[in-house]
Amino acid sequence: MAGKQTRTGRPTGLRLFRNLNAKVAAVPMVLTTLVVFVGGTLWTVLYSFTNSKLLPRMQFVGLDQYKRLWSNDLWNAAIWNLAFYGVMSLVFTIVMGFVLAVLLDQKIRFEDTFRTIMLYPFALSFIVTGLVWQWILNPEMGIQEVVRRMGFETFTFDPLHNPSTVLYGLLIAGLWQGTGFTMCLMLAGLRGIDEDIWKAARVDGIPKWKTYVYVVIPMMRPVFVTTLVIVAAGIIKLYDLVVAQTSGGPGNASQVPAMYVYRYMFTAQNLGQGFAASTMMLLSVLIVLIPWAYLEFGGKKHG
Amino acid sequence: MKNWKLAAGLLLSVALPSGAYATDLEVTHWWTSGGEAAAVAELAKAFDASGDHWVDGAIAGGGDTARPVMIARITGGDPMGATQFNHGQQALELVQAGLMLDLTDVAVANNWKDVVNPISLLEGCTIDGKVYCAPMNIHSPEWLWINNKIYEDLGIPIPTNWTEFVASAPQVDAAGKIPLALGRQPWQSTLAFNAIAVGVGGLDLWKKVNVDKDMDVAAGPEMLKVFQASADARKLAVKSTVQDWNQATNMVITGDAAGQIMGDWAQGEFAVAGKVAGKDYTCLPGLGLNAYLSTGGDAFYFPKLTDPDKEAAQKRLAALLVSPEVQVAFNLKKGSLPIRGDIDMSAANDCMKKGLEILKSGNVVPAGDQVWSPDVQTQLGDMQSEFWSGDMTPEDAQARYVEILKTGL
Repeated sequence: MAGKQTRTGRPTGLRLFRNLNAKVAAVPMVLTTLVVFVGGTLWTVLYSFTNSKLLPRMQFVGLDQYKRLWSNDLWNAAIWNLAFYGVMSLVFTIVMGFVLAVLLDQKIRFEDTFRTIMLYPFALSFIVTGLVWQWILNPEMGIQEVVRRMGFETFTFDPLHNPSTVLYGLLIAGLWQGTGFTMCLMLAGLRGIDEDIWKAARVDGIPKWKTYVYVVIPMMRPVFVTTLVIVAAGIIKLYDLVVAQTSGGPGNASQVPAMYVYRYMFTAQNLGQGFAASTMMLLSVLIVLIPWAYLEFGGKKHG
Repeated sequence: MKNWKLAAGLLLSVALPSGAYATDLEVTHWWTSGGEAAAVAELAKAFDASGDHWVDGAIAGGGDTARPVMIARITGGDPMGATQFNHGQQALELVQAGLMLDLTDVAVANNWKDVVNPISLLEGCTIDGKVYCAPMNIHSPEWLWINNKIYEDLGIPIPTNWTEFVASAPQVDAAGKIPLALGRQPWQSTLAFNAIAVGVGGLDLWKKVNVDKDMDVAAGPEMLKVFQASADARKLAVKSTVQDWNQATNMVITGDAAGQIMGDWAQGEFAVAGKVAGKDYTCLPGLGLNAYLSTGGDAFYFPKLTDPDKEAAQKRLAALLVSPEVQVAFNLKKGSLPIRGDIDMSAANDCMKKGLEILKSGNVVPAGDQVWSPDVQTQLGDMQSEFWSGDMTPEDAQARYVEILKTGL
């Protein structure tokens, strides 16, 4: 019997041993991913159902940690702050990045210089960005003081110390840092558009803005999707910028979920609560990613 | 061949000294400001002089930053020789997990039970009858620091308590000064609230809520008065936008602000600025109303190590830290109060002497760190931070306060 099965047996055997070296080489990475990433994630989710304090403890308390989490004002405030920052940041980085890329694409002089200037902030870490903007927005030594010294004595610009404007202060710093990068992605996308399309549009007498909106942007869909994913991932893990610029203040007006996780896992010595919060963060990432992955990869296979 | 000799020589040079008496101990702490570093240098000097070697492991950024690092090292199997914690519940689980060295024999041999004053500090180190830490110094947070010059310029008497301070605030405000300096970090709001709770609310109330954990009292009208007083203080501090406590203290020193509620460590800043207690600034323990101080503080814990030489050195260090000479040298530099009452602190300044007298008279209450878990403390900090920077009503704040305390019962 075994001998007769070679016809069906061989292809699977071959498939397993094809590129054997490459597969062996990938084993450590696969193991790392499974053990550290997937294993660590599962461990965290499991222990989020316990009442672990400083040390992990297998004492299940059901959904208590989640109940406490969602009735906690600080957590809810952090979620809303992140949602607000996220939407604003997503819209503005993509719109501004695209507009800047279009402007740079007009065959202007010194394009390289402008591109370098725009991209420079991206080379700085969020910690440095946060500190620099904390100083710039500081009323005693930043913009407000400079304008006042120019003679406008009553000029007031102090976004970081007002709970209702502090998120805009963060947004300014975040946009300053991230827009140059999106601009470069967009510019690469624009350069990828075939010159013939522009020629055809010109022959047909279509205005330039219409060509951008109806022809170029739809053609740049992959670039937009890539940008969206990169920017969105950066938003959800937002932590260092806030720590450096406002440390969550004034009050809790600029708290974000990642800060809550750190605070409860380490300062409050309440691992269970921190795990519950980080599990919720994971869940929110999945809610964004799964539909996208389904549309991007699932859709292509069928189409 | 040469390499082998070199390697053997190196090996010997490492192996031989370990047989000798001197032992290296790494000590981690978060004392990094000017006065604190000078105080730590005293400890290192004393330990080195006794024949061992102090390896300094300072972690910058304050306790909230340093403690996670220390705990990660202890639980992660890379314990240091000794580490700073605040008395009480911060290291409780580490002790329960058997990660800390039992110091009972050192405590008995050096008679800590009789020399440590107040005894609550030693009780904070004691779990199930065993001593697990060496108390180092006392922190009392309930102080009101006042810039005298502002009041002299205004021609009004310098306030002698919180009530007068609040009453004089409109005049201070009218003169373009900030009545109350307050740093915008959660722990500072909590500190101010606790100081008001002891000062305005008094000792009985404080003990009923925090020691007896009577939630009816916490939700009662007496406690509401404390929240109302805090709301008053919030109004006085509305123009204070600095973050760090020493920036706020600096506002009082330079005369931008009239006063600050801050712990006894603030006098280090006044001393560095060359100000004289009683002449340039006034200090009011217990906000001048109830001269009670809560006695939290720092203590050294010793993680369990496998090397018996190191364990012996750990016990030598523990005994040394509580010894009279080290207590005097350390606390004079740091500006904090010593943990024993039988030593000569005549070199202390006016404010420190006030604190010593209160200690001697026994008007002390345990600190929040001792009676509530870090989890409750963190939640309280978040709540206070929101209360002090927003417009939450005292009634709402009190309701939230009670809810948070209940999670720690």
